[in-house]
Amino acid sequence: MNAKEFLRNAIVYFDGGTGTLLQASGLPLGELPERWNITHADVIEDVHAAYFNAGSNVVATNTFGANSLKFTETELDEIVRAAITNARNAAKRSTNRGEKFIALDIGPTGKLLKPYGDLDFEDAVECFAKTVRLGVKYGADLILIETMSDSYETKAALLAAKENSDLPVVVSNAYGADGKLMTGASPAAMVAMLEGMGADVIGVNCSLGPKQLLGVVKELLEKSSLPVLVKPNAGLPVSDGENAYYDVTAEEFAECMAEFVRLGARCVGGCCGTTPEYIRKTVEKTQTLSAMPIAKKNITCVSSYTHAVEFSQPILIGERINPTGKKRFKQALIEGDVEYVLAEGIAQQEKGAHVLDVNVGLPDIDEKEQLPLYVERLQAVIDLPLQIDTSDAVAMERAMRRYNGKPLVNSVNGKKESMAAVFPLVKKYGGVVVALTLDENGIPETAEGRVAIARRIIAEAAAYGIAKKDIIVDTLAMTIATDTNAANVTLEALCRVRRELGVHTSLGVSNVSFGLPSREIVNATFFARALENGLSAAIINPNSLEMLKTYYSFLVLGGGDENCGGYIRFASEILPKLTHETLKTVTATQPQTETKDAVMDEITPLKRAIIKGLDGEAERACEEALQRVSALTIVSDEIVPALDEVGRAYEEKRAFLPALLMSAEAAKKAFEKIKTHLLANGGESEKKCKIVLATVQGDIHDIGKNIVKTLLENYGFDVLDLGRDVSPEKVLAAAKETGAPIVGLSALMTTTVPSMEKTIALLRKELPCVKIMVGGAVLNAEYAKKIGADAYGKDGMAAVRYAEEIYEILCKNKQNMQ
Amino acid sequence: MQDKIFIKTYENMPSFDRAEILRYAGCKDSADEQIHALLNDCLNESAGVFSYRVSYRLFDVKRNTGGIALGELQTDSAALARRLAGCEKAAVFAATVGLGIDRFIERNAGVATAKAVLFQAIGAERIERLCDSFCEDLEREYGARGYKVTSRFSPGYGDLPMTLQKTIFTQLDCARKIGLTLTDSLLMTPTKSVTAIVGLQKIDEN
Repeated sequence: MNAKEFLRNAIVYFDGGTGTLLQASGLPLGELPERWNITHADVIEDVHAAYFNAGSNVVATNTFGANSLKFTETELDEIVRAAITNARNAAKRSTNRGEKFIALDIGPTGKLLKPYGDLDFEDAVECFAKTVRLGVKYGADLILIETMSDSYETKAALLAAKENSDLPVVVSNAYGADGKLMTGASPAAMVAMLEGMGADVIGVNCSLGPKQLLGVVKELLEKSSLPVLVKPNAGLPVSDGENAYYDVTAEEFAECMAEFVRLGARCVGGCCGTTPEYIRKTVEKTQTLSAMPIAKKNITCVSSYTHAVEFSQPILIGERINPTGKKRFKQALIEGDVEYVLAEGIAQQEKGAHVLDVNVGLPDIDEKEQLPLYVERLQAVIDLPLQIDTSDAVAMERAMRRYNGKPLVNSVNGKKESMAAVFPLVKKYGGVVVALTLDENGIPETAEGRVAIARRIIAEAAAYGIAKKDIIVDTLAMTIATDTNAANVTLEALCRVRRELGVHTSLGVSNVSFGLPSREIVNATFFARALENGLSAAIINPNSLEMLKTYYSFLVLGGGDENCGGYIRFASEILPKLTHETLKTVTATQPQTETKDAVMDEITPLKRAIIKGLDGEAERACEEALQRVSALTIVSDEIVPALDEVGRAYEEKRAFLPALLMSAEAAKKAFEKIKTHLLANGGESEKKCKIVLATVQGDIHDIGKNIVKTLLENYGFDVLDLGRDVSPEKVLAAAKETGAPIVGLSALMTTTVPSMEKTIALLRKELPCVKIMVGGAVLNAEYAKKIGADAYGKDGMAAVRYAEEIYEILCKNKQNMQ
Repeated sequence: MQDKIFIKTYENMPSFDRAEILRYAGCKDSADEQIHALLNDCLNESAGVFSYRVSYRLFDVKRNTGGIALGELQTDSAALARRLAGCEKAAVFAATVGLGIDRFIERNAGVATAKAVLFQAIGAERIERLCDSFCEDLEREYGARGYKVTSRFSPGYGDLPMTLQKTIFTQLDCARKIGLTLTDSLLMTPTKSVTAIVGLQKIDEN
């Protein structure tokens, strides 16, 4: 029988721990166990043989840490070859007459992936790929990716396995006592991602004893349509003062494992602290049990790096990350203002969106580069699943590849070309894809026509191996202003698709009211009708009070809202937020009668709001002020003096850092209003000179740099933030490209100061005129001078003062030249 | 005994020390109402994100020509030698409060810097409390056997080199056991983490 079939049909026994056995055989601490494949082949072979003899069907090679980060390519080749040979020899000499397979064992790299660590996703993929290629070359029967505690690294490893072999792949994660991976993923989220990517078995190993894993195993069994692997530790190591041991005996362990098999687990084995005895006992207690059938779960869901979102009740997809029709958003994309985009995402999450649509398509933007970048930035700080929204297949693939989970993909349609481009991506990376009911002949005018296209798309997807559950059909909301029957056709098609084809549905709800006054009223009612007709996912603006009202009241009326909890939460938490904002707009549009002089005589509301650090009020006050005075006057007469006052208070130690920053944020909100106002009136906000900021290579702490950035922007500087862990070459390139007269560098640790020094040296050599200011916890003025900086900023305000000083000199020089 | 890595997870940690957090955030002796309100928001938001884990091993302190050896950790640091004077045993530990707080800091860094600073301070306070809790546990455990626990000493203090981080991370299998990793530039991620050595000193009964 081949490994794939065997994994699918039988109860499969894996092996137990090897580390403990190797240490007992004399492996010294600190020595890499993988080397023993070569130097102590006999010991390794004995360990494998002992497991086969105990009843293991699958033995994992001694290659847990065999990767190119730890070994040279030549040594890696030798290790993998020897490891597979050792396992093969053990299989040959074992007295076990059952099926015997060799799994190429792949453990985590020990590094955290970017942005929180320093290993790039593609580098991780390549690292795993090297080991996989060797495993294939030397004849492994399957691949076991195990003990992974981060979903992103797990994805990298599985991708490497799929791209470099046809072997079956077993993927096993290490869950903590909280039932999650160290970086936050739930079992359901892992099942969504791994099934989508084509794993053959999904499971859990290490970290805990069998009893503590019960919850995780149950969740895996409940969600997975694939066989589930369980490989626990022999409990946790405990010490009686002199000796240390694992606290679960072989007998207890086997009892638990039998329970797991009865619950439906199909692959069982052990991890740390387990020995051949544990496996023998497990085999004894389970061999009379029959393998439970594995049911197809038919769950439509997408996932983020923390959780899965199931389409079991209607979900809201936030539409705001999209430049269409939004001047300010376009501006942000063109300027590379990632923070603006992130803020849009965070705001939608706070209003209750379940998934965020991400569309950065603009003629001036290279979507192939930018879409994956925004996906990465968003998924670093927002734990909602994302909907990758693009018509560019290259951008789509790059974004899906980098996505940490199972994405929603927007979209495919009935055109041959579209399906040929999108379906292979969904098959490879996993995802739920939105299918638009249009084709080469356009959008059918009848419901019948749209249902027919949906049917064809589903059939074509099946040919690629994509299940119906991974398709959601969008029957296209058309504007009723041009065809008063449009909504009826859309809804009839929606209803039929849901009932006749049994797939989930989505709609871009607000299209329906295009061209009408008071669109929200029409949208909300259309939304209610769509929900009644079986809408599963609505792409809406979560800031729209009317839409949310409809949504939550529909759910509570439909009986799916237990104890009316969702509705009550909406009414008590989200509603007040939205109503407050609505009120704000109302007051802001009331005409103001005050004259400019009267306002300036005393402290204005805007000044007060900034000094007090009240961002909501600053926003409101600025909006009011814009009704009566020019934007420039507001900046020069209100915002700047207010900031100066707070800045001085901070410098004189009358105010503290958080207060300074709260004022800065309040000012930022005011600036934001001014920017939007200017954009709407065809102007642009004026800025002082460019400044390039970066946290140096190797350093990942960038709070200090972010503080400096916030303050510099407040003071009107045009900051290009390169982020953290930035190479000297990148800093130089940015300084050259922008022509920035000032570069600011931050380093927090003694170990990264040399990298700062290198950056300064390179800038000095290539751009001798650029002024360099530095800051960071380990620096002082003297040290800064020693490494060649022009200025040391002891805090954010010091950086502002220095930048202003340089800017003044520049202005004077310019005047002198004229 | 020495070949075992022990893991402790903490569920009931001491409550937040507001004064300490405000100190970390740069508010020297007082903070106004606004800051207190913002701190409340931050504490509420981050309450559930911490995952407190410690990985540690116990060693007999060996003194040789190269200085001090704790298992495979060998150093000629005079400062560590002074700290471990009179200690026959020592514990090497790594503690982390998890990646959650780093995500909060990152999420707010660009859009709400004041909150980012407070989250940063909350993380700093949490990891210190975790180290305290762990050392108190050691104190309890070993106090009963006649030892006292000396104060914590970390790579980077005095002449104890940062490069020892590599050895400690291997010794304690940090990535696998507690999800703590080291970058090439020797920074720890999650960032709210500590590695340290404490001595176990036999209490002189006289």
